[in-house]
Amino acid sequence: MLCAHWSRLRRVSSRSCCATALRSTHSSTRLSSSPERIMKTFCSVWLLLSVVELSPAQEPPLPETAEDMASTGDLEPTHYPARRAAQVALHYLNTRHGSPFRVFGLQQVHKASAEDVEAGGRKYKLDFSVTDWASGSAGPALRCSADVLFPRTERHSAPDVKLRCEALQQINRTVQEEEAFYQKHIPPDSAVSARDIPDSYGNMSEEMQPFWRLARVAASFIMLRESSENTEFNMVQMASVTQQESSEEQLMLEFVVLLHDLPSQEIVQWKLLASWSPDRGVRVLQTEWQPRCPHATKPPN
Amino acid sequence: MTLYLAVFALLAAVHCEVLFNGDQVLRIHAESENHIQILKKLERDVDSGLDFWTHAVSTEQPVDIRVPHSSLYAVKDFLKKNNIPFTVIINNVQELLVREREEMVRNAEVERQTRRFNFAAYHDLETIYNFMDTLVASHSKLITKVNIGSTYENRPMYVLKFSTGGEKRPAIWIDAGIHAREWISHATAVWLADQIATDFKENRAPVPSILSKMDIYLMIVANPDGYVFTHRSPNEFYRFWRKSRSVTSNPKCHGVDLNRNWDAEFGGPGASDDPCTEDYRGPSAQSETEVKNIADLIMNHGNFKSFMTLHSYMQLLMYPYGYSGTDAPDQTELHDVASQASKALNSWHGTVYKVGSIFHTIEPASGASVDWAYQRGIKYSFAFELRDTGKYGFLLPADQIVSTARETWYALRYIMQYVCDHPY
Repeated sequence: MLCAHWSRLRRVSSRSCCATALRSTHSSTRLSSSPERIMKTFCSVWLLLSVVELSPAQEPPLPETAEDMASTGDLEPTHYPARRAAQVALHYLNTRHGSPFRVFGLQQVHKASAEDVEAGGRKYKLDFSVTDWASGSAGPALRCSADVLFPRTERHSAPDVKLRCEALQQINRTVQEEEAFYQKHIPPDSAVSARDIPDSYGNMSEEMQPFWRLARVAASFIMLRESSENTEFNMVQMASVTQQESSEEQLMLEFVVLLHDLPSQEIVQWKLLASWSPDRGVRVLQTEWQPRCPHATKPPN
Repeated sequence: MTLYLAVFALLAAVHCEVLFNGDQVLRIHAESENHIQILKKLERDVDSGLDFWTHAVSTEQPVDIRVPHSSLYAVKDFLKKNNIPFTVIINNVQELLVREREEMVRNAEVERQTRRFNFAAYHDLETIYNFMDTLVASHSKLITKVNIGSTYENRPMYVLKFSTGGEKRPAIWIDAGIHAREWISHATAVWLADQIATDFKENRAPVPSILSKMDIYLMIVANPDGYVFTHRSPNEFYRFWRKSRSVTSNPKCHGVDLNRNWDAEFGGPGASDDPCTEDYRGPSAQSETEVKNIADLIMNHGNFKSFMTLHSYMQLLMYPYGYSGTDAPDQTELHDVASQASKALNSWHGTVYKVGSIFHTIEPASGASVDWAYQRGIKYSFAFELRDTGKYGFLLPADQIVSTARETWYALRYIMQYVCDHPY
């Protein structure tokens, strides 16, 4: 705060100094008046001081809070405020366009800016690229732009996202896989059930991949809803998947997902019920926060 | 007659190995130009059977000669008569050769064992500790295993010291596994240990030249208690454990975040005072024995020039500060070094790392090891967040270990070379 006032003061002083200097050059050899002389002296000293930068004291800098750092205006794309906002846009993208064969990940933020809005929130404008994790490292990058509004309310409310991605319609090559996956698991005798995907060593079977992606997409609904400027969520594991009885021609899946929040480093557990079909996409019907194994010191048997 | 000759020739061919039974190696200390001339004349006499291992050049350097057993008496007598002092440095050359050969066979066997080590897999603590012993055994002149103290649960903490000699040479510190669940960091460090040893042995630049001037300290598991805990069960409570395993003021919640426990703006932003949280900083700076052991070693050594720590995930290469957003005094240089290092990393597999200070790039974090090192004058302090960017997170598939390790090595190599070229 102090810094802002100080720099404004300097700018005002510089301008008045400039004006004085101009007046002096235009004036003739007429003797300058006292006030002008004082002004000139002040200006010279001021300009001198501006040029001679007093070296900063070598004491460790005072810690700054995250609040101070959230600047209005252009944001550094590699820094966390821009990245967190982009992740929120990613969660939104996945809720809209994710499927058992498509999950988007953030590749890079190109440009970002933020401004406070009248209603008392902060709006981020982002320009970023995403890749489809399902197509591996060979996949092309999609260019997106988004407005992410974090409301500043008493109680937490979900951020609002407006998103545009180029060429989104063109990448619809997964129709066949989706259909095959759907046909395989919609029959009443399908009762998929699995735990710890991937396992401790990062292993995941081919068969489990589409369920894992569905879990990510479903988790994106939760991550989007729970996000703020102070969180950065990622799903680190599908703790379990249990297929429920199909309803209205939708695959019904109960997931337990583990979310990792980067700033606090906490692992958060959620149970959720989701439906999916190639036509309707992913819908999340119920979510329930789960307390983690309450600080047990013995392995559960 | 010809039959005898043939048999003799055959026997000779079979026993074509030359034997040096009873031969000795004498070290001659020439004290005058006259002595040098005498030795030169002796060397020129090819019929003498003397094997000059080093040549008579000046009085500054000793001259080593292997003397066949049959000539020993005559040569020693000759040297005594000319008042040329000497000592016997090898009493029986053959015996030495036999011992050396036995050692080579042993080393080859140990090396076969090291090569059988599966770098493309995650291993538990015991296996990693065994690997360390095997590595030290097969590179005993280069590597020593230093016990720097015990953990909370009384496990030994080991650091591998790579050194070609000297007394407290300027040193580079690399640690992994300070956060237990970040398995890729331990796995990378295991691979790095082997790579440094192999590069040195096979004389691959820049390792030999770096090690001729500096020592490397590599701690593969900085949080052994936590690492063991992550292996106890696939249950998420165990596998995703981050902290140490110390008892806290809350009996229901164990452990301290070892990377918030350092004496660097302890109690500042980005750390919690609640024992039940993942970033609990502990009751006081360096309260955790794991942190104290490392800090003590580095402070007592007093000559570390670089401090680097491996974590996961997010693909970031960062420098101080973590506790504040203000630029560190060496910001420009550190950013340059980190940028170049990340380019080197990228050259292996195209993996993209972002570069910046801890505070701005990942999150505010006080009590961090990198800040502590930097504040103690260790200028080239960096923190790595290895693969990936979130797809698998902490559960990075094992088939990415070697690739991750190699690209990390490219970055570390750049930084180590830079540190070596910029002494301070």
